[in-house]
Amino acid sequence: MSQAMAEAQRDPFADAEVVLEVEDLVKHFPIREGIVIKRRTGAVQAVDGVSFQLRKGETLGIVGESGCGKSTLAKLLMRLEEPDAGSIRFRGEDFLAMRGEELRRMRRKIQIIFQDPYTSLNPRMSVGDIIAEPFKLHPEAQPKQGIRNRVKELLDVVGLNPDHINRYPHQFSGGQRQRIGIARGLALNPDVIICDEPVSALDVSVQAQVMNLLEDLQEEFGLSYIFIAHDLSVVRHISDRVAVMYLGKLAELGLDEEIYGAPAHPYTQALLSAVPVPDPTMRHDRQEIVLQGDPPNPANPPSGCRFRTRCWKATEICAEKEPELIVRPGITQRAACHHAAQNEDVSAFES
Amino acid sequence: MTTTTHPAGTEQEGYDASAPLLEVDDLHVEFRTKAGVARAVNGLNFTLNAGETLAILGESGSGKSVTAQTIMGILDMPPGHIAGGEIRYRGKNLFDMPEEQRRRLRGVNISMIFQDALSALNPVLPVGFQIAEMFRVHRGFKRKQAREEAVKLMQKVGIPAAEKRVGDYPHQFSGGMRQRIMIAMAIALDPDVLIADEPTTALDVTVQAQVMRLLKELQTENNMGLILITHDLGVVADVADKIAVMYAGRVMEAADVFEIYAKPGHPYTKGLLESLPRIDAEGERLNAIPGLPPALTNIPPGCPFSPRCPYSTELCRTDRPELLPVAEGHVSACHYREEIYSGELKPREEAQA
Amino acid sequence: MTETNRPDIQTAPQEPEASGPEASQAEASLWADAWRSLRTNPWFIISAVLLLILITMALFPQLFTNENPRECYLSRSRLEPSAEHWFGTDIQGCDYYARVIYGARNSVAIGVVVSIGVFIISLVLGLLAGYFRGWIDAVISRITDLIFALPFILGALVFLNVIESRGVTEVAGVLIVFMWPTMTRLMRGSVLSVVNVEYVTAARALGAGHLTIMRRHILPNSLGPVMAYTAILTGIVIGAEATLTYLGVGLQLPAISWGLQLSDAQRYITQLPHLTVFPLIAVGLTVFAFMSLGDAIRDAIDPKSKKR
Repeated sequence: MSQAMAEAQRDPFADAEVVLEVEDLVKHFPIREGIVIKRRTGAVQAVDGVSFQLRKGETLGIVGESGCGKSTLAKLLMRLEEPDAGSIRFRGEDFLAMRGEELRRMRRKIQIIFQDPYTSLNPRMSVGDIIAEPFKLHPEAQPKQGIRNRVKELLDVVGLNPDHINRYPHQFSGGQRQRIGIARGLALNPDVIICDEPVSALDVSVQAQVMNLLEDLQEEFGLSYIFIAHDLSVVRHISDRVAVMYLGKLAELGLDEEIYGAPAHPYTQALLSAVPVPDPTMRHDRQEIVLQGDPPNPANPPSGCRFRTRCWKATEICAEKEPELIVRPGITQRAACHHAAQNEDVSAFES
Repeated sequence: MTTTTHPAGTEQEGYDASAPLLEVDDLHVEFRTKAGVARAVNGLNFTLNAGETLAILGESGSGKSVTAQTIMGILDMPPGHIAGGEIRYRGKNLFDMPEEQRRRLRGVNISMIFQDALSALNPVLPVGFQIAEMFRVHRGFKRKQAREEAVKLMQKVGIPAAEKRVGDYPHQFSGGMRQRIMIAMAIALDPDVLIADEPTTALDVTVQAQVMRLLKELQTENNMGLILITHDLGVVADVADKIAVMYAGRVMEAADVFEIYAKPGHPYTKGLLESLPRIDAEGERLNAIPGLPPALTNIPPGCPFSPRCPYSTELCRTDRPELLPVAEGHVSACHYREEIYSGELKPREEAQA
Repeated sequence: MTETNRPDIQTAPQEPEASGPEASQAEASLWADAWRSLRTNPWFIISAVLLLILITMALFPQLFTNENPRECYLSRSRLEPSAEHWFGTDIQGCDYYARVIYGARNSVAIGVVVSIGVFIISLVLGLLAGYFRGWIDAVISRITDLIFALPFILGALVFLNVIESRGVTEVAGVLIVFMWPTMTRLMRGSVLSVVNVEYVTAARALGAGHLTIMRRHILPNSLGPVMAYTAILTGIVIGAEATLTYLGVGLQLPAISWGLQLSDAQRYITQLPHLTVFPLIAVGLTVFAFMSLGDAIRDAIDPKSKKR
């Protein structure tokens, strides 16, 4: 895949309305020590200056390894955690400034689907009650046809038998429970759904069913997704654009063809090269970049570029100057690397 | 580390050097639960030779982990119950052995690594001590000598600054490093069979690649038979020699790894491969397998996959297909294995349309 | 339900989507499941029967005996058990069977009052401490620590000694003061184990308030262990009441209670063992009944025990 081709890739959502705009989002978790009087001795920089836009009908994938801050990012976007700095705008309105009733109403518009279908549903509530809960909390969004009928409709939409409305979560399998969680997320007709590892707890054969469902729902209801996952293949499949996260920062952001076809950040390249491809004939063709060591402690990240301690391209400037997430010469996506260059050897495409 | 011959007494205890390393023959394992009898493994067969990597691929509930636990002899009994069959190590049936001999096999000739290294290691003992203990208990090494061996082993599995870290506790290591420590313990006594139960599932991709590479190197070096239990078709394609695909406690298909990915002979394998999102191709809609695996307390008669199978016929719902050859070294438990293998058969809906 | 033990085995009922209309419409909430498993537990049956008898005894002692426990004639003092006086008579010549029957009321009253009191206090404090954490938790936890630091028997002795006239209310009050911390801790721990579970986060994401979350999500899922402990605590309290009364700081004559009977009987234990034996059996059976009820409830609610 050539650079010219990458440039020719047009973002199909370039003209779509911006639904969610995140700018310089920061969340540091203080580390406190001391027995009686707790002193702040440091901070885990879980999310440190993340910016992106999400457009209507689009899926933005966020990939990264454990501890990179992607789950904290999801919580910030839901306002389940309050950010230390930065802004979140929903259709131009300042989401972070909202309080009380205004905030409660706004919550209808952004919903979340969780990773673990076993813990995300209250085991003591029937499926009908679980999916009806959004309507109980938002009486102004009362469905015309009555709550029970609407719940049955939602069950049908996510591919479950509406007659099972009185069953309890433990009577369903993991994949079916995930569908229940999706139905709950859909209940209030949200504009944005944040999917936090929605298929990583599911078996391969069931995973495909749930991903197809998410795609169908997106098409039907014009939803925008933020799809957080550690599985690069899954993100590749579902996303229109992809952001790669490392130690609280975005390393690279671009169309999925750019990220997967011609990754420019060394971290993205290493990440892609490590993904095993389900084709034994590719075994010896892949050029695998093996990263040395483990990610640094997020409470004490390296100066300059956070990836430099594991990077084979690192030079002096990487320690001195933090690279910005910008479009750099020779590449079309945005990469936070002083030495960003498309590396087609580790492209995920077959050559 | 000095590679020794197999522990003393190998011949006396009735092992046959010419027999395959490990053979599982018509194994049946059940769990007796309140909800009924869960048939976790129903007539499982496979053979593992020295230096070979056999991947047992299956989804949750397919019986793959129960198989591993049964081979290791660490199955919870009750509720677990071995309802039939044999597992032979070098020609000798494990189930006929006196408990003492079985215990000597465990950890020495056959060892295992688990998915979750944090819970498999003792949190209150230094890792060096835990590795050294293997030598002290099984080889009768003195404390100092055992510790030296532990350091060597830690170096061998790629733990940086092993001499300094030998006194550290499990929680002081990262996930990948802990997995390396567990591997060190598993290979400490030069086992001939290593069972790895989802060894990299809990790890990040970059670490997963490192750990798989280490396992593969150690296997080649020690000529071990490796049983890799996993649900990850990508990892399997990368390291396995042979694959057995399990479903509802049975092997559905077994073959050489190149063969099975190129020409699957069972609709389930075919379905799995097609349902996978690929990193190297922009997929259209995924070809999901509809429905769910059967509850183990209520496995349908006939082919257990038939309720989800696009090719199933009346025959599939009534007659259970045997695991029969479809090509050289390639077996499949499907009535239509020839047609699936050659790609002639169309899914029923399409065929009718 | 946690799937920790053996994630590879699925025993949950699973039919394919197309199973059509339901075969059994039986209610299947976890509470209903727990009740079903309780009903089939022989220990539950035994303890339930015992408790039923005991409670009837406490409410309507007349049903069990025609004798008035307060009608005592010195002429029939110190009789051995006989067909006329099943449990014999005591020093004052009162029918001992009637005394034991009537003694149930005070014991059960103290047991129930203390358990309900402790249950309510623990529910509120444990919920607040576990849900809000922070300073509320710190204050509540320090107070429980403080009370834990006092040896219970000693503390109760001191407190009760300064109270001149001690009836059911006074004894129950003191017992509540010393017994709420254990259950509060249990409740707090139970709340902590659910407060960060994803369904709670899901409710917060939907904009649910603290009260709604506590009522709908936290309370139902953290109640189990506390309920089981309440039954066990009732047994403990009845034993504790007998102990304190025996030590002379519990109920006072002319009240009728098993503790007082034991206290009186101690002087004659060698000559008149039946005076000790019968109230002791009554206390023992009662404590046993409540404790096995607690165990049965715990087994029924604990999802892990259901796996087997």
